[in-house]
Amino acid sequence: MIEVTNLTKKFDDFVAVDNISFSVKPGEIFAFLGPNGAGKSTTIKILTTLLQPTSGRVSLNDHDPVKDPDAARRSFGIVFQDPSLDDDLTAYENMELHGVLYDVPKKVRKERIQMLLTFVELWDRKDSQVKEFSGGMKRRLEIARGLLHHPKIIFLDEPTLGLDPQTRNHMWEYLKELNKTENTTVFFTTHYMEEADRIAQRIAIIDHGKIIAIGTSAELKAQTGTQSLEDAFLKLTGNVIRDEAASGVDQFRQHARMWGRKN
Amino acid sequence: MNKIYILWLRQIKKYLRSRSRIIGSLGQPILFLLALGYGLGAVFQKAGEGNYLNFLAPGVIAMSILFTSIFSGMEIIWDRQFGFLKETLVAPMSRFNIMIGRTMGGATVATIQGIIVMLISLIFGFRPANWFGIFPAIIIMFLIALLFTALGTMVASLLEDMQGFQLIMNFLVMPLFFLSGSLFPLDGLPKILAIIARIDPLSYGIDGLRALLINAGHYGLGTDFFFLIVITFIFMGLGSFFFKKIQI
Repeated sequence: MIEVTNLTKKFDDFVAVDNISFSVKPGEIFAFLGPNGAGKSTTIKILTTLLQPTSGRVSLNDHDPVKDPDAARRSFGIVFQDPSLDDDLTAYENMELHGVLYDVPKKVRKERIQMLLTFVELWDRKDSQVKEFSGGMKRRLEIARGLLHHPKIIFLDEPTLGLDPQTRNHMWEYLKELNKTENTTVFFTTHYMEEADRIAQRIAIIDHGKIIAIGTSAELKAQTGTQSLEDAFLKLTGNVIRDEAASGVDQFRQHARMWGRKN
Repeated sequence: MNKIYILWLRQIKKYLRSRSRIIGSLGQPILFLLALGYGLGAVFQKAGEGNYLNFLAPGVIAMSILFTSIFSGMEIIWDRQFGFLKETLVAPMSRFNIMIGRTMGGATVATIQGIIVMLISLIFGFRPANWFGIFPAIIIMFLIALLFTALGTMVASLLEDMQGFQLIMNFLVMPLFFLSGSLFPLDGLPKILAIIARIDPLSYGIDGLRALLINAGHYGLGTDFFFLIVITFIFMGLGSFFFKKIQI
């Protein structure tokens, strides 16, 4: 379902993704783990047509995101790590817009929007503009939106960051159900090791742009001789804390504040 | 088609919800009508050129369209920084269609803004020579809007953030406005200014509006339409070319 061969991405001199290869089978739940700045998000951006690779090949549902981005885009859905809602629109309008962009038929769209908004407990706030929402509410809406169309592959980039355990559990239940009934392939990143351990069928660990281990949770533990996935992860990636370079967005937010625009 | 429509609708909704933006962007045209329209009226009259306010109003209408449409095009920068752009870029929809939806939305908003300014200038004493000219004039307004929204999109696709905003303001938007014949007649200009005005696409828009509203065209309505349409197509092409290249 996802094939990555010798993928490399350089930003000027910095090598974000360094010659990685892996594959994900149809219907698999796959976790992509790594410390901050290891190359997770860059890989996801390349897979989802947002970035062009420097070299190497990628295939999604047999489509090449570089050569045929439209076909590739039809195959997946994504929940981004950082916000991607329109703050001026209401919760319902954000959902509606997504449904239309992803060709969800009108009737199904209406039913699913109601079901999903109820599911993330935002139905009674459906007509409020998103800018009135708290961080957690926005995150929930984002998740609901990502589940609105039922793609072949769903990417989730740290989807559970900042979610309460209830919503988190709800979300995984839904995804597992989708995985079972529609054979949806799930590709996710997370910093919660127990989550990866519990949900993922296979796990890849990436560090400094290279994949350093890949296998089931049991295999990773056996390989490192550790008891938990967290220990295995730490053993593989070391104990040093990583910094991500301040992103353009952070710099911009500061700038925006300076100019008196709320964000 | 549905997808283009929903992106168009988004732009309209955002516009209607930002009342402060609507009111704020009316301040400048009112100032121009008041200070220049009334202020220079007597001098203009003495020079034998007739009513300055009538002459100025099409220029001020075009100004508000220029500003609104360039900024609508440049909203891509906000959408990029605040994340929404990603949502559209990964959707199963060609970038060309995304660009069309956005540009149409931005152009519609700018045209509405132009119509509001036209109504305000009526209050200030603007009297079109030909009331039926208003309908074709709205088509010209939409063309101006389309042209500059596409230009804004192009600029926004090349900029990472709003840092370059002042640069765009001072070296693109202001010259486009001041050198277009919005404030002065195009007859009897010094050679250099006449040439510059010929290059400035806004000149044709304003000239077209004057031809239709106050029977005072300079280039001729056919020429105005021709250049507006051709340049709009070129900018739409360039806009979508650069928009396709955006990486996040």
